[in-house]
Amino acid sequence: MTDVDAQDGEVDIPTEIAPETLFGTLLTRSHEQLVLHPTREEYAGLLVTLQADGYHSIIDLCGVDYLTNFSRELPPGITPERFEVVVNLINHREHARLRLRVQIPESDPVLPTAFGLYAGSEAMERETFDMFGIVFDGHPDLTRILMPEDWIGHPLRKDYDIGRIPVQFKGAPANR
Amino acid sequence: MVVFRCSSRVLRRIVDLMTATHELPTNVNQTSEGAQELTSAGVVAAGERLRELGAVLRLSENDALLAEREQVSDDETMIINMGPQHPSTHGVLRLMLELQGETVLRCKPIIGYLHTGMERTGEELTYLQGPTNVTRMDYAAPLFTELAFSLTVEKLLDIEVPERAIWIRMLMTEMNRISSHLLFMATNGMDLGAVSMMLYGWREREEALRFLQEVTGLRMNHNYIRPGGVAADLPDGWRDGVLRLLDMLPPRLAEYDTLMNQQPIWRERLQGVGAISAEECLALGVTGPMLRSTGYDWDLRRDMPYLAFDQVEFDVVVGSYGDCFDRYAIRLAEIHESMKIVRQCLEKMPKGDYRIQDKKVTPPPRARIDESMEALIHHFKIFTEGFKVPEGEAYVAIESPRGELGCYIVSDGSSKPYRMHVRAPSFVNLQSLPHLMHGSLVADAVAIISSVDPILGEVDR
Repeated sequence: MTDVDAQDGEVDIPTEIAPETLFGTLLTRSHEQLVLHPTREEYAGLLVTLQADGYHSIIDLCGVDYLTNFSRELPPGITPERFEVVVNLINHREHARLRLRVQIPESDPVLPTAFGLYAGSEAMERETFDMFGIVFDGHPDLTRILMPEDWIGHPLRKDYDIGRIPVQFKGAPANR
Repeated sequence: MVVFRCSSRVLRRIVDLMTATHELPTNVNQTSEGAQELTSAGVVAAGERLRELGAVLRLSENDALLAEREQVSDDETMIINMGPQHPSTHGVLRLMLELQGETVLRCKPIIGYLHTGMERTGEELTYLQGPTNVTRMDYAAPLFTELAFSLTVEKLLDIEVPERAIWIRMLMTEMNRISSHLLFMATNGMDLGAVSMMLYGWREREEALRFLQEVTGLRMNHNYIRPGGVAADLPDGWRDGVLRLLDMLPPRLAEYDTLMNQQPIWRERLQGVGAISAEECLALGVTGPMLRSTGYDWDLRRDMPYLAFDQVEFDVVVGSYGDCFDRYAIRLAEIHESMKIVRQCLEKMPKGDYRIQDKKVTPPPRARIDESMEALIHHFKIFTEGFKVPEGEAYVAIESPRGELGCYIVSDGSSKPYRMHVRAPSFVNLQSLPHLMHGSLVADAVAIISSVDPILGEVDR
């Protein structure tokens, strides 16, 4: 955490020469919020480091489908993929938050579960699985949580068609 | 601060157990996505047992062994459904309980009955329409979701709202916190059979809602806090409305104290029931009064201040045992603290604008529309197309009556959010139910659900 605090006052120095890192992971800032960009391989290891560093509680885990927005800003070296899993952790001692953005390719939407470290991720990972079809490897009970269990498709994907309720007589010819 | 100790050997074993495959009974409706139901005890792998017994909270090796030995044979237990339309499940929450006699062995909350795809709907609405959608999530504390949404949009827009708007937001959300906690008092009383408490709670909540109605026009689903400020200035005579409530509440809260806190039956029903520790809360991501009831001193209003909470004096109330009684007592005490904040809002309410005068975000004043064609076009554009929000993503969290309420928005530069996610405190807090209920009596299950204070609209979104 120390290098972050030290750099807070001098953020206007361009960082193009060497990309900023924190815990050995690429770091960016989004509206003064710290965002880490681990790869899928780094993800599980990074969580272990973060928990040891005082990020004891998982606040949020959600997915984003970037199907129609591949041009988003990412640090150099990170290839944009269709899905992203966004994890919010909190450090109560230092009153700090960290956000992790992990790129998940469409062809293989799998991410190791955070459940072993953060039990609180259980329902959130289920929700992300339900809504985006991202599989959390090692999750003890990866089933649908909000949608009915026989539902087909993952509703928050951008290519999921918004359903319509058939209206009776809609196709019938009008009186005039 | 809590330090988790865990031997990697135990952890590995637990993970092995958890991933062990097992045969499912034929009567469970199997689909490609797997079954949601609680399977009968005889067929679940030991891993699942451990999970529900709290293995996730790092059982020591001894405890893990005990948990495995604790297995009871199938014919001694039964699985029953509680809900989804049980009067005390606070909406449509369904619990599958495995009972041995009257003792709850396992419990699985099954949610989603109120799922209406609000996060998807949020992607179809402009930023100005957004609050109408999110306000329906937590219907007992609608202003908080509006606030979280608006703060996130303002962060993305990089704008700061005027002082008066900030203080109006504080006043209104604290009023809403009072009404939400009063609702809890009522339903908690009803769940435990204290019907008079239910009537008292509703009665006082009605008074708080009356004030919200005077200001916003509606009792709930206000759509009052919007990106850029609030929808309207406080009406004439708002001070009287606040003062009336501030004068009325203390004696009535004292009445609650006499009626409930000093009543042996009430204490017997709640004390020592559904206890949870701070470590367990942190591991499960539980926030809000539930976390504070364990003695863990954490309140976003004080520790990561937003709005102007760093300029008001109030205490963060913590409990000591983490049981149902502490959770009840904390909410009662938080009403007093909120009243303190409201009183300071009365004194410190600055003069000025109630919304930002930024032409990009705020429609022109109504009077201008009559005289200027440009103003009319501007007004029309803002309400049909909406304003554009620069590309980026942000997460802002506030302290709602139920815990940390966060909003995560990804913007692609258009006038609608690319992704809008709400971190609902009830959704996460509900995860603690299996843990709270393990080993308790089925009669206490109702007390425990009630003390978590879930709002199912927010759980299912």
